[in-house]
Amino acid sequence: MASEALRLEELIDRGYQQGFYTALETDTVARGLDEDVVRLISAKKNEPEFMREWRLKAYRHWLTLAEPRWSSIVHPPIDYQAISYYSAPKSRKDGPQSLADVDPALLRTYEKLGVPLAERELLAGVAVDAVFDSVSVATTFKDKLAELGIIFCSFSEAVQEHPALVRQYLGSVVPYTDNYFATLNSAVFSDGSFCYIPPGVRCPMELSTYFRINAINTGQFERTLIIADKGAYVSYLEGCTAPMRDENQLHAAVVELIALEDAQIKYATVQNWYPGDKEGRGGIYNFVTKRGDCRGANSRISWTQVETGSAITWKYPSVILQGDNSVGEFRSVALTNNYQQADTGTKMIHLGRNTKSTIISKGIAAGHGRNAYRGLVKVAKNAANARNYTQCDSLLMGDRCAAHTFPYIEVKNATARVEHEASTSRIGEDQLFYCQSRGIGPEDAVSMIVNGFCKEVFKELPMEFAVEAQKLLGVSLEGSIG
Amino acid sequence: MLEIINLHASIDDQPILRGIDLAVNAGEVHAVMGPNGSGKSTLAQVLAGRDSYTVTAGEVRYCGRNLLELSPEERAREGIFLAFQYPVEIPGVANIYLLKAAINARRKHRGEAELDAMDFLALVKDKLKFMGMDEALLYRHVNQGFSGGEKKRNEILQMALLEPRLAILDETDSGLDIDALKVVAAGVEAMRSPARAIILVTHYQRLLDYVVPDRVHVLSQGRIVRSGGPELALELERRGYGWIDAGEAERVGAAP
Ligand SMILES: Nc1ncnc2c1ncn2[C@@H]1O[C@H](COP(=O)(O)OP(=O)(O)OP(=O)(O)O)[C@@H](O)[C@H]1O
Ligand SMILES: [Mg+2]
Repeated sequence: MASEALRLEELIDRGYQQGFYTALETDTVARGLDEDVVRLISAKKNEPEFMREWRLKAYRHWLTLAEPRWSSIVHPPIDYQAISYYSAPKSRKDGPQSLADVDPALLRTYEKLGVPLAERELLAGVAVDAVFDSVSVATTFKDKLAELGIIFCSFSEAVQEHPALVRQYLGSVVPYTDNYFATLNSAVFSDGSFCYIPPGVRCPMELSTYFRINAINTGQFERTLIIADKGAYVSYLEGCTAPMRDENQLHAAVVELIALEDAQIKYATVQNWYPGDKEGRGGIYNFVTKRGDCRGANSRISWTQVETGSAITWKYPSVILQGDNSVGEFRSVALTNNYQQADTGTKMIHLGRNTKSTIISKGIAAGHGRNAYRGLVKVAKNAANARNYTQCDSLLMGDRCAAHTFPYIEVKNATARVEHEASTSRIGEDQLFYCQSRGIGPEDAVSMIVNGFCKEVFKELPMEFAVEAQKLLGVSLEGSIG
Repeated sequence: MLEIINLHASIDDQPILRGIDLAVNAGEVHAVMGPNGSGKSTLAQVLAGRDSYTVTAGEVRYCGRNLLELSPEERAREGIFLAFQYPVEIPGVANIYLLKAAINARRKHRGEAELDAMDFLALVKDKLKFMGMDEALLYRHVNQGFSGGEKKRNEILQMALLEPRLAILDETDSGLDIDALKVVAAGVEAMRSPARAIILVTHYQRLLDYVVPDRVHVLSQGRIVRSGGPELALELERRGYGWIDAGEAERVGAAP
């Protein structure tokens, strides 16, 4: 049995495929954090006073906080003074005017990653706001989107061009006081994406960002803000992959989503940062705060995530269901292998009447991986007829990994219906043998079984992302005909 | 086609097969019978390559090759098919997807082009009709929520699609209603051909009424203790296994 477990592990144990490093000159601020660094970041970005003050308030608040300890994650202490809080790729002038102005090494990096930056994007229907380290270097299809009144740009640009919108919505879902990592992000965030869909507009293409960590000891502090005004619709894709690095790298992103009346936001993530080596050395520490606010009646927000990378994943994309009849969804596949740790889940906060939420969590643990689902379903006193359905399934490969489920349920309204189902299974030797006895090789068999396990989540991803997700799991997508 | 010589196999150091000798030629149907726990499924699974069993002695030759050297998937691609006594459920994986992957793995192995979706569907629908199965089963997850009989029929459907050279059916007749038994038996009978060998593991004469075997073997405590023609199965049906076990004990006891 032990050898069986080992063999399974070998199959899922492929080296990290995206590990390469691009030599770029970077404009990096000296390590360490104090008020001057915060002011410097703000000044480098030529920010208006309200932004600088907001950052400083966040910084001062951060000083009063301690790292959270309630998760199941274990890591050596992070030295926040050893991190450089600003790094931007150098380009010829002040900033790239077009793709031709972008460092060719950077473009090659994207090419290797398969990020579509050229014409073919248009055919694929994807607009890419590529983030390299801390500054956006390319934004495409802006003109096309602008015709519809859609704003899709880097966060820095939004601060310059649309300060009123930024001021109105920034921190309105995740306040700067929210939690240790979100507060840190609020003080030092470098860049990210901003998106506004005007009333009644359906965004005609999937919007997408690609993140990449590349500079040594540079924390990544992305900030994303997406607003769907009344009756608007947008589907947003976030993909991440990083080059092989030895140092642990901190990533503390914040994503805020706001859906007004009748609006819908779909947010999908495929995360493949460097997970560390087989012994657990290196790898990204990923502490993310993602939250959506169904602010208007009949609004809808869905999170879909495929988490395969990072040494540590600490992430709970949540939905606040304020508007009556609003709907929140969370679907997640989280895979941990070797010494990876994931503590991830969601919070569904039911405030409005007739609000509905669905949670589907698929955790896969292999090697010494540790996988925890942590979810809160909260129904407030006035949230009549709230409904939640939660399903948490764990799949274990081998016998040295672990999966845990921590469901928290707080119901203050007697009309609420909250259902929870959970299961844990092991990739069975019998399943594997059954496939093999049909002529299917063990690698393909494992892929098939894992894909089957994740099916309910994968089917929610846009096609191109689903393809990426299955690649990340080292599998071939099920069901061109299935 | 298949030659088993003095095969010993154990699990967790506990011997289960204790010297099996059996030869099966192309075109023949052999029935393997024997009491519960005598090692019939073990034999079937060892032939299919399950690695939780350790072969401790003996040899298996298949079409002139050493079968024990091959991985389970290689054996399958070389034409061995095992219909499981307990077919395995694979949640989330559409039945049709498994079927297509299995067929194409075999075709690839033979250097043939993979079947495209249209050709595959045509083929599968044809076999489905023959098995009297509902098309909806193709799109359900592999064996998940299938009734006992549906699982068994699904195994025979796979066999019909994969057209094995050596088919081993482990109690495919158990748990079938009378009509289903006829369908399964017809499926097996249709597979009978001069180029193909079939091993039927069964407890009941019912199946052998439809598919008359060339040889019948009785397995007891990991050994073949009696072989004969179809009449042996009839005799077992009448007398049970007791008389054979007693005879076996005598014979073994008398051995020097
Ligand atoms: N994994 C295992 N661990 C321990 N013992 C096993 C294992 N698998 C099989 N055995 C034992 O091996 C013996 C033979 O089992 P096998 O399944 O081959 O019997 P069988 O002839 O197919 O019986 P049945 O008619 O009930 O299907 C039994 O005593 C069984 O308990
Ligand atoms: Mg059996």
